Amino acid sequence: MRQETVTEEVLRRAVVSRFDVGQLVIVPVLAVVLALLIGGIIMLATGVGFPAIGRSYVALFTGSLGSAYAISETLTAAAPLTLAGLGIALAFRAGLFNIGAEGQILLGGMAAVVVGFSFPGLPIAIHLPLALIAAAVAGAAWAAIAGWLRAATGAHEVITTIMLNLTCYRLVDYMLRNPPVQRPDRADPISRSVLESAKLPHLLDWLEPGLRLHAGIIVAALAVVFVAWLLFRTTIGFEFRAAGLNPDAARYAGMRAGLIIVLVMAIAGALAGLAGANQVLGVLGRASPNFSGGIGFDAIAVALLGRSHPVGVLLSGLLFGALEAGGRQMQALAGVSLDLIGVIQALIIIFIAAPMLVRTIAPWALRRMAR
Amino acid sequence: MAVTETMATGMKALEFSRRRQTQVAGWLLLALAVFVAVVFALPVEGEAAFRLTLPGDAFAVPNLTVPAQPYAYVVAALLAFFGVRQFMPGAARWTGILLGIGLLLAVTAFLTWATAGKSFSLTGMLQATVVRAVPIALGGLAGVLCERVAVINIAIEGMLLAGAFAGAVAGSLLGGVGGLVVATAVGGLFGLLLALLVVTYRVDQIIAGVAINLLVLGLTSYASSQVLTQYRFLNNAPVFRAFDVPLLSDIPVVGPVLFKQNLFVYGAWILVAIATYYLFHTRTGLRARAVGEHPEAADTLGIDVFRMRYINVTLGGLVAGFGGAWFTLGSVGRFDDNMTDGRGFIALAAMIFGRWHPVGALMAALVFGFADSLQQKLAILGTPIPSEFLAMAPYIATIVLVAGLIGRARPPAADGKPYIKD
Repeated sequence: MRQETVTEEVLRRAVVSRFDVGQLVIVPVLAVVLALLIGGIIMLATGVGFPAIGRSYVALFTGSLGSAYAISETLTAAAPLTLAGLGIALAFRAGLFNIGAEGQILLGGMAAVVVGFSFPGLPIAIHLPLALIAAAVAGAAWAAIAGWLRAATGAHEVITTIMLNLTCYRLVDYMLRNPPVQRPDRADPISRSVLESAKLPHLLDWLEPGLRLHAGIIVAALAVVFVAWLLFRTTIGFEFRAAGLNPDAARYAGMRAGLIIVLVMAIAGALAGLAGANQVLGVLGRASPNFSGGIGFDAIAVALLGRSHPVGVLLSGLLFGALEAGGRQMQALAGVSLDLIGVIQALIIIFIAAPMLVRTIAPWALRRMAR
Repeated sequence: MAVTETMATGMKALEFSRRRQTQVAGWLLLALAVFVAVVFALPVEGEAAFRLTLPGDAFAVPNLTVPAQPYAYVVAALLAFFGVRQFMPGAARWTGILLGIGLLLAVTAFLTWATAGKSFSLTGMLQATVVRAVPIALGGLAGVLCERVAVINIAIEGMLLAGAFAGAVAGSLLGGVGGLVVATAVGGLFGLLLALLVVTYRVDQIIAGVAINLLVLGLTSYASSQVLTQYRFLNNAPVFRAFDVPLLSDIPVVGPVLFKQNLFVYGAWILVAIATYYLFHTRTGLRARAVGEHPEAADTLGIDVFRMRYINVTLGGLVAGFGGAWFTLGSVGRFDDNMTDGRGFIALAAMIFGRWHPVGALMAALVFGFADSLQQKLAILGTPIPSEFLAMAPYIATIVLVAGLIGRARPPAADGKPYIKD
């Protein structure tokens, strides 16, 4: 196959997705509404009364968007999801399924913590970037193992990244229980605290003292721009997309398949590593077991929901962040378990991924939608 | 002419990657040989005693004693030979087998090293291996059934979790057998949901799988914190105890390992056997595989592709639901949030590792079960290696094996593609 064919294919997809209002606006809105409706039915089925359901959804809204604090919480939760989601989306674009974000987040976070507590006396202008770079490099190296195995031996990245995740849990556990990482005066697995000079500075505490929003959101925004530039404005990004759309065509067009796989995985790992750094340098200030909190798996959903497009990933990261922040409020005020948010997230994904299903349930809304 | 040229390039690329794979395996085996010699052979002395008889066995078998140091040197020498063999002509054919045997030998050397001067119940460990392999084997089998009709099933994890939850709740209300039936049916329902999404609504299969996983995790955790914490009697199911198969359970070593187990273990054996027969020896199975390899051709021959996919994915869900019940009805009798803990993903690995074959998936599951129980039992022996690293070893070994053995395995040709009828 000639290279032009690949170009046409890429262009066709980009153009179609850019102008399809039904796909990009109506379906997501309906999906959220339907998911909330079904969530309400589930609450009814488990014995939650109507007033409590009303209170839950009010809390869900006020907890995510209703105040400066709520918006700060939403953005704080959205930053790591967006970063890790971008990594997974990039891998999807190149035809790779990176389930390993969780491990890459953990290792990236550990590297950031180690650098973060190791160099007292450095100015923040050097220390913080150093910690971030360490996180990106650690995540990239960890993910590149899976990429290299795929390129060199053909080992399926789904297996290798799952196994690397499992390996990573144990590795982090070991690091947290032993010097030099473990905090000297503690017996439980917990790391030393990150020095002030390596912390992601809070952005809004001049407005209100409790606002947790930190510079990680800027890192995430920059990452969105970077990934968009990489994918759509560079030759290597074109090669990534070509390899994902048609690996054989890409190889016959002279692209180096092995190199592409390793590079994609490394960049994906770097982004996930930054998500880990975002948690330890911005939110927690140290590492504890399971500090990733499943972000790596939620990020898969974020990437899928964002259609593996950088801007889409940002939007779905914000949505998931809002649900996360609002869900906490919902649990606190209405006594409805935070786990319901997981159900709503899953339903949103199902409805967005199945526009035909939405059309079946709500035919009046999508009359104009083609196909 | 262009076609021949590209084919030649393709063949050359394949040839090259095989050669490189062989060499990677060679270096790995050599490194392993050095590792075994330095770590397991040099510092060790004494004999390792492996107990082969469990309390309560019909016949007592004497302990198996192995002199630790000489044994480790023999293993190191064999590994070095296997490694060198990889660099000689005609090695590619032996790469997989030698790597497998090599890793097995290294594991035995490790065991003798860890046991040197002490005694260790080998039979007990093997028994635990089989128990821990069950959910992975059943999950892998569910995966095989789905992928053979070209539906990727990432949702195994969710189906296992759904089975575990349904088993606990229904088991508490209806008793063990009722719980098992409901758990299996609930697994089947989620299989049906997956089929509905990917076959009828043409949702991307990976998205559908991930969504079902999230959905089940959310639903079960929500129900557990909202309902089960209040009504505790709903989460107190009876557990299926182990029972002996007459005569067979009296065979030394093999008896206790294979024939003194609970319903789920026997169920797993039987289901794997049935699935193998179904897929490879019946007309319907042949049709199912045809749908997985070339749905257009199958359709032309009058096979209903959609129906085939619905049936097989639902069957996969039923199997996964049964496997999920193991977590509650087969072990502890109560449900905890996310209690499958990634076992569904390991099952996915086992399926690929077992080359999309039921028996292969079972074997791979046994490898994971072995690693799991090994790590647990070794904690008793107290080795100088930190337990975290012991726990890592099986996963690293899997990566090595997958890189060495499975590189050339091939999924069903139409795997992951929706079928759109014109």
